[in-house]
Order: sequence, then C-alpha cells, then structure tokens
Amino acid sequence: MKRAAKEKSAFTRRALLLGTAQLGIFGGIAARLYHLQVAQHGKYALLARQNSISERLVPPARGPIADRAGVLLAGNQQHWRALFMPAQAPDPRTVLENFYRLVPLPADERARIARELTSRPGYIPVLLKDYLAWSEMAALEVNMPNLPGVIVEVGLSRYYPLGPAAAHAVGYVARPTQAEAKANTVLALPGMRVGRSGVEQVQDLPLRGEPGFVQTETNVHGEVVREVADDPGLPGQSVQLSLHAGLQALAVRALADNAGAVVMLDARNGEILALASTPSFDPGLFDRGVPVDIWNGWLHDPRHPLQNKATAGLFAPGSTFKPTVALAALKAGVLTAETRLNCPGFLKLGDHVFWDDAHTAYGDIDVTTALQVSSDVFFYQVALKVGIDPIAAMAHQLGLGTNLNADLPNVATGLVPTHDWARSRGIHWVAGDTVVQGIGQGYTQLTPLSLATMIARVATGKAVSPRITRRIGTVLQPGANGVEWPDLDIDPAHLAVVRQGLFDVVNTPDGTGYAARLNLPGVQMAGKTGTAQVHNNTAAEKAAGYNDMQMAWAQRPNALFVAYAPFDKPRYAVAVVVEHGNYGAQSAAPIAHELMTYALTQDPAGQDRPLSNPMAPPPPVEAL
Amino acid sequence: MIGGSSLAAPPRRRLRERSFGLARKLLAVNWLFVLCVCLLAGVGYAALYSAGGGSMQPYANSQLFRFLGALVLMLGLAVTDIRFIARFSWPAYALGVLLLLVVMVAGHTGLGAKRWISLGGFDLQPSELMKLFLAMALGAHFRRASADQASNLLFLLPAALAILLPVGLILKEPNLGTAVITAAIGGTVMLGAGVRWWYFAILVAVLAVAAPVLYHHLHAYQQARIITFLNPGSDPLGAGYNIIQSKIALGSGGMFGQGYLHGTQNQLNFLPEKQTDFVFTIIAEEFGYAGSIAVLLLLFTIIALALYTAITCKHAYGRLVALGIAMNFFLYCFVNLSMVMGLIPVGGVPLPLISYGGSALTAVMLGFGVLMSIHVHRDVVFTTDDDF
Repeated sequence: MKRAAKEKSAFTRRALLLGTAQLGIFGGIAARLYHLQVAQHGKYALLARQNSISERLVPPARGPIADRAGVLLAGNQQHWRALFMPAQAPDPRTVLENFYRLVPLPADERARIARELTSRPGYIPVLLKDYLAWSEMAALEVNMPNLPGVIVEVGLSRYYPLGPAAAHAVGYVARPTQAEAKANTVLALPGMRVGRSGVEQVQDLPLRGEPGFVQTETNVHGEVVREVADDPGLPGQSVQLSLHAGLQALAVRALADNAGAVVMLDARNGEILALASTPSFDPGLFDRGVPVDIWNGWLHDPRHPLQNKATAGLFAPGSTFKPTVALAALKAGVLTAETRLNCPGFLKLGDHVFWDDAHTAYGDIDVTTALQVSSDVFFYQVALKVGIDPIAAMAHQLGLGTNLNADLPNVATGLVPTHDWARSRGIHWVAGDTVVQGIGQGYTQLTPLSLATMIARVATGKAVSPRITRRIGTVLQPGANGVEWPDLDIDPAHLAVVRQGLFDVVNTPDGTGYAARLNLPGVQMAGKTGTAQVHNNTAAEKAAGYNDMQMAWAQRPNALFVAYAPFDKPRYAVAVVVEHGNYGAQSAAPIAHELMTYALTQDPAGQDRPLSNPMAPPPPVEAL
Repeated sequence: MIGGSSLAAPPRRRLRERSFGLARKLLAVNWLFVLCVCLLAGVGYAALYSAGGGSMQPYANSQLFRFLGALVLMLGLAVTDIRFIARFSWPAYALGVLLLLVVMVAGHTGLGAKRWISLGGFDLQPSELMKLFLAMALGAHFRRASADQASNLLFLLPAALAILLPVGLILKEPNLGTAVITAAIGGTVMLGAGVRWWYFAILVAVLAVAAPVLYHHLHAYQQARIITFLNPGSDPLGAGYNIIQSKIALGSGGMFGQGYLHGTQNQLNFLPEKQTDFVFTIIAEEFGYAGSIAVLLLLFTIIALALYTAITCKHAYGRLVALGIAMNFFLYCFVNLSMVMGLIPVGGVPLPLISYGGSALTAVMLGFGVLMSIHVHRDVVFTTDDDF
C-alpha cells in the first residue's frame, strides 16, 4: 500500500507537471492568437478585403453622332465578347487552355493575350475574343465552371448607318495602338476605340466618356458571389453635326461613279451641310479590323478612296479662281466695272502664246462678261496688271490657301503663290507664271472646302468659316447660330460687280453654266465653272491637235463648279470637283444644280432637332 | 443504497461493488466533463452551420447525429466496468495494428495518403483508434510495474516495440502528424509509469541528431509542407496558400469578429477544407479573439478534467490510460491550433469535436468513454482475476 501511495504521488507530480506544461502551451497559443487577431488585425483585414473584392473597369458607351435633324450617323451596336479577369482565376493558364479548346484562336491572338496578361493592371480585363458566334457563346456558357475569370458580356461596336456615304466626314474608330493603351490605361479596356478620322477623331474626347467600374466579390474559385458596387461611368456625349443626311446622300449619289468631292455650306454661317468625297470606303470595317485584301485594295486604288478629297484633296481651281482675281484687281484699282479689255482669243507674251481655252475671240469685254463667258485672255491681262501678291492677299481673304480653322482633321491649307513663297522655294518667277495664275492654273492648289468657303464669302461678304460640329451634348457650339461673322475688307460695290458676273454665268444663255440654272420660280443661282488642266500638253501634242477630253482618264482636266443661291439672299454655297470630269459645266455644274434644287426646296439648313443626351441605346443585333 | 458521493468499497464487498447499479454508475459520471464535451460539440455545430453557408446542410446536421451516436457510445462505455474494458487492452491493440495493415493493403487514397478504410459505408481511420488502443495496451503493460521496474530496459523493450510498430505503420500511410502524436502518447504513458526523466532526455537528443536524416526520408509533400511552413510566401497560391489564407481568416477576425455567418474568408471559400482541419478559423474569423479564447478555455477545461480523473484514480491502469487520453486530446488541440496559426507544418489533424468528420469524433468519444469508465470506477481494485 505504501509503495502504491508513493507511486501515486509520483504520478500525480508528473501529471500535474504535464498539465502545467499543457496550460503553458495553451497560454502560448492564446498569446499568438492575440498577436494575429488583435495586434495585426488591420493588416489581415486589409488582406481579406483584397482577397475577395476585385475591381474591373468597364468601358463607357461611345457617344452617338447624328446629323442636324437627329438622323443617326454613328451609333453603337451590341455584340457578345469574352473577357478574362486573371485575378479571378486560381490558375489562369489552365483557364486559357480550356478557353482555347472551346474557342480556337490563331497564334497571333494568343500571343497578344499572353502579352496583355503580363502587361496590364489587374482591374483591366483582357479581351479574349470579340464578336463571339452563337455556337461559341453556347459552348462557353455550358463550360463556365471550368472557366473562372472568363466573362461573357455584351460589348458595343461602332456602326455607321450611312456607311460609305458619310465616311469621310463622320470618320471611323479603330482599336487603340499599343502605345496609346500603355499611355492611357482607359484605352487598354476591351471595347475602347479611338477616333481615327473625321468627327470621330476631332471630337474623340467628348465622344469617349469616362469608364465605370464593377466591384465584385469573388470566392476562391473565381466565381462571382455578388456585385459590391457598380458605377456605370459617364457615357460619351452625343455629337450633333451641321451635316444634313439627306443632302449628304444626295451629294454622294450625284457624284455617282466619279471620283470627286462636294462641299455644301450654309453661306450665312459656314456650317457644313454636306461633305462628300468619292470613291469612299466602309467605315464600319475599322472597328473589327479591316481585312488585309480590302485594305490593300484601298491603298492601291488610283482614285484614293481613303483620302478625304473635300478637305485634303488639292486641285488647281481653274476658272473658279477668276472671281478672286477680279476682286483683287478691282481692289487694286487696275480694273473697274467699266474697264473693257480686248480678248482676241490669245495673249502673246514675248514669244510665248497663251491661248484662250475655248480659242474664242470675245472682242472688247468688261469683267462681268469675262466672268460670264470665262474669258481666259481677259484674266491673263488682269493678272499681269495686278500681280500675284495682291491676288494672293485677296485669295487669303476669301479663305483660299489659308488656314480655315475648320473643326475637321487633315484639312489641307492649299496654296496661292506669292513672290515670297517663290523665293523661299527657289523658284524663278516669270511673267508667264503670273499669266496662268489669272486663270487658277500653275502653282495654285486648293481644296473643295476652301472653294466652298470662297464662294460663300463672295456671296455674303462676310468672313464665314466652315464648321461641322453643331452640338456637343446639348450645348450649341459657338458660331452655329446667329453669329455675326466679320465683314470682308472688300468694297461692296466690287462684290456686286463680281456677283453680277456670277449671276450671268448661270442665268444668261451665253453663260458657261447656263445649263445648270435653277428651274425654281423666283430663285436664281450664281456660280462659276472651272476646267483645270492636270496635264501640260507638249508641243507635239498641241501640233497634233490633241484634245484634252480624249486623253486617258487620269490626264483629263478636272471639272469644277462653285455656286451660291438664292442670288439675292445667299443661303447655300457649294463647291463641286469632279476629278478628270472634263468641263466644269459638263460634269460639275449639274451636281451643283441638283444639290441647290434640293436645298432650296427642302431647307436642310433650317432643320435643327437637338438630341436628348444620352440617346436611347440602339436596338440589339439580330441574328446572333 | 449507498449515495453517489463515494463508490469506495472495501475489497471484501467485491461482488456488490462489481455489479453496483446502473443508476449509481450514471450518477458517478463526471457530468461537468460531459457538459463541456457537449458545449464543445455545440460550438462545432455552430461552426459547421456557418461553414455550410448558413445551412444545416451539408455538415452541421450529419455531424450532430454522429455526435449523439458517439455520446451514447461514450456513456455506455462509462458504465462498463473498467476492469472488463482493461481485458481488451491487448486484443484492441492487435486489432488496431491489423486495421493499419488493412489500410496499407486496401485503404482509400485521400489527399495523396492511404488513411481510410470503409466499413459498411462508414469511413474509418484506424490511426485515430490506434492512439487509444496504444494507451490502453501500455497501461496494461505498466500497471503493476514499480518505477524501478518501469525503467528497466528489458521491461521497456516490449513497450518501445509496441509503440514503434503502429507509429511505423502510420508513418507509412503516410501521416506524419498522427504518427508523431501516437509516439508522444506512448511516451506520455511511459512517463506516467515512472520511466526515468533522462531516458526521455536521451531520446530527444537522439531524435534531434537524427532529424535531418528523417527529413530526407519524408515524402516530397511532407518536405514541401515544412519548406512552405518556414516560408509561406514562397508559393502563395500553392502549398503556402492554406497557411496564408488561414492567417488572414484569423487576423481579419479582430477582437470580436466579423459577426456570425459574415466571415468573408469563410463564406467565400478562401479556405479549402475549412470544415475539417481549418474549422477553428471560422470561429476565430466570425467571433474574433473573444471567441477563440472561449474555445481555448473550453478545450483546456476538458484536458484539466481528464487529468483530474487520472490523478484521482486509485489504480495504475486507470491513471496511465487517463493520462494517455488527456494527452491525446491535448495533442489534437495543440497540433491543430498550431497548424492553423502557421506555427507548425500543416498535417491532417482535426480539431476534436469541432471539425467535420466521423473518424476522429468516434475515436475521441471512445477515449472519453474509457476515461469516464475510469472516473466512475476510479476506486475499484484489480485482482489477480483481472490479470491479463
């Protein structure tokens, strides 16, 4: 019993010792727990939040572009696309492999995805595939459990209801370049587009909007448990143009298969009502990426479909330059309304003979008649009298060869030569150069937009400038309505002389544009034809009686026509250039006639339907 | 009728004492201990309800039924004479070893290790039972040995072999955590039996020297666990993931927790298998440090009551087995909590009575049944008739 008692007390000692040790260890555990749970709570609470909440930027809807009557020119179309949030996938590589098995992608697309996965911040999803086909959608939906982090959602792509008809004016959008996406992470968002030409380019920032974000709580498998926060961002603002869709479509239709350009302005304030350039291209193709063969086709087309000929096409103005020369001469005092000059059909300067284009002798004529019949010899002489610098000064005042500050991209300034310019270019200016300057040939290169501006200024006597953006959001842009443009520094009497000449061009049987006269009661159009050679006929060709009109297409003269109407209360101004269209009266003036008739009967400039902003979303795409 | 206050009976009243009534035995059960066990099971129910996303399915209810079954088993054992139970010490040990061998041959592979066998649709992890059976076998071996005898190397040798055989088999499964716990339980029983301190000192020294060699023989995944334990950030989404997520869950709890059913780590499934090994993180995240400490207190109360039973027991078998059972429960808690806090490498050791799973629960409650039997029968005398 004694042994047992001794053993029992020894056991009790050891058991109590063990118990004390265990209590000590529990104390250690409690201390450690205090350290983790209380002392470092802040750090771990933050980690827990980051664990479960992931933020994703969502692209804003690009603002729509509409014409002045509210007709949609550029809108958004819905399509399905697959995005990937690698942060929501426990094993991104496996997810991508699963995705590729369902939706095979070419190697270069896979390389792009791999590149974007490493280079982009976690809140920017990576685009896996745009424009998912229905079968791909179905396959992805069924396999969603194997694709954590993959998001199938509705994306917006740009579409252009007028298609090629307004492509140059409205412009197009394309995916941002890598450099752009790097400089501005917002542009790295799938679906973000950058305006590349036309209004899309100039008004890119208001159209773009501000991105929103979606905060989602995800579990460890990347499954979205719930949306924590949702900020739709700011959709892009709508942009309303001064353009009139009906007039625009008519201009393109009137140009038909010709290469050329039409610009119609509201003569009172410079608003662009139509801005057409043919041939054109499909602006909708850029959103998805232009197929290589189509792209190469555009690049190698001798008629340059991608170029906006209305703003960037440079043409010799030909006889449409004569009103400018006349005004310069009147201002310089070398010419008066009564001055009559002998026009025998040619001008001999030294041993060089400058022929009248029509080889016609008009006898002694005044400036009004010279404009009416488009006498070259008259203006040869006037140019020699006035000199090129005053002509250039007058041209600049009328908006020719000068910066018009138009709100369009890639507007060419054009050129009206001066002595300074010639010197800076090392050109030895001779009298013959001045002679051809009188009829808008030689070095003079102008855009249809500037020609329209010129005729609008001649018509109104005010320094109107062309502009295309009428409203951004609901805000009317400066100058769109009721703006008093400054008067030109031209004697109204001189303008009246020239206007009379332009009236006679269209409204008298001897006028070169008589065929284009309006058939509207009490409304007359004033205008000027132009036929500008693009080919310097060689002596041999002239000796052989070579006829310009029968040359190869690319060497025929350009046909031009500028006009305004109504004559007594100018409202519309138009410039038409038909490339290699031969006589202006033959191919350009009928187009002006058609447009003017439409404008004067339909009153497009009087139409103004402000958009509600934001516009209602476009209908979903059928046939998905 | 003698009151429940004392079951102490002189040896001459042996017959009566051997068959004292069921009611008196039930009254003699340490009901405070049973209450603590039920409270812990209640905590487990709440945690599993939360792990199920605020639902009794799939974990909470099935675990409750298992517990109720195990509670009946425990009380049944509690009223069974400890001397009767003691007879089965070595047969139970032999059965445990046999089951471990069966696992090796026909066990289920789960998480890369063969640990489970199926018995009629009931998953059984023999290594859990082996810990109890080992304590009982060593109790039987040492129950009549004096301190001098117990330190006799020839007497110790069979005991050491009895420990090493199951430990080796469990290591082979492989289940490092349970193997270490099993060895520690064997060592604890030997310590209680009076084996000299410096034997243990020598053993610890030998193990320290042998550790690098042993590390070399560990499975790659076990080595990986030790590496990631030492530096969890080295592979945040791989092997270190559990440790990091577990610590985030604990730390985000703060003093009073994120609120029941509102722990983000738990509800969003950032912890894999949170209902089993990492169940403590649910409590810690949703009830904070206060909840953690309450559970710790409850766990230690159970250990203290088990030690109380060991100390108050008048027979050596009961003392040794109770000490082993107390140690088993303590080691469960220690290994599991340390693992959850990233203090020791992760191993498949659940938190007893809280973690989801039947095997550990059954084994622990069986042990508690034996413990309660020891408590109820703490004053009985083993005669030569009870030799085994």
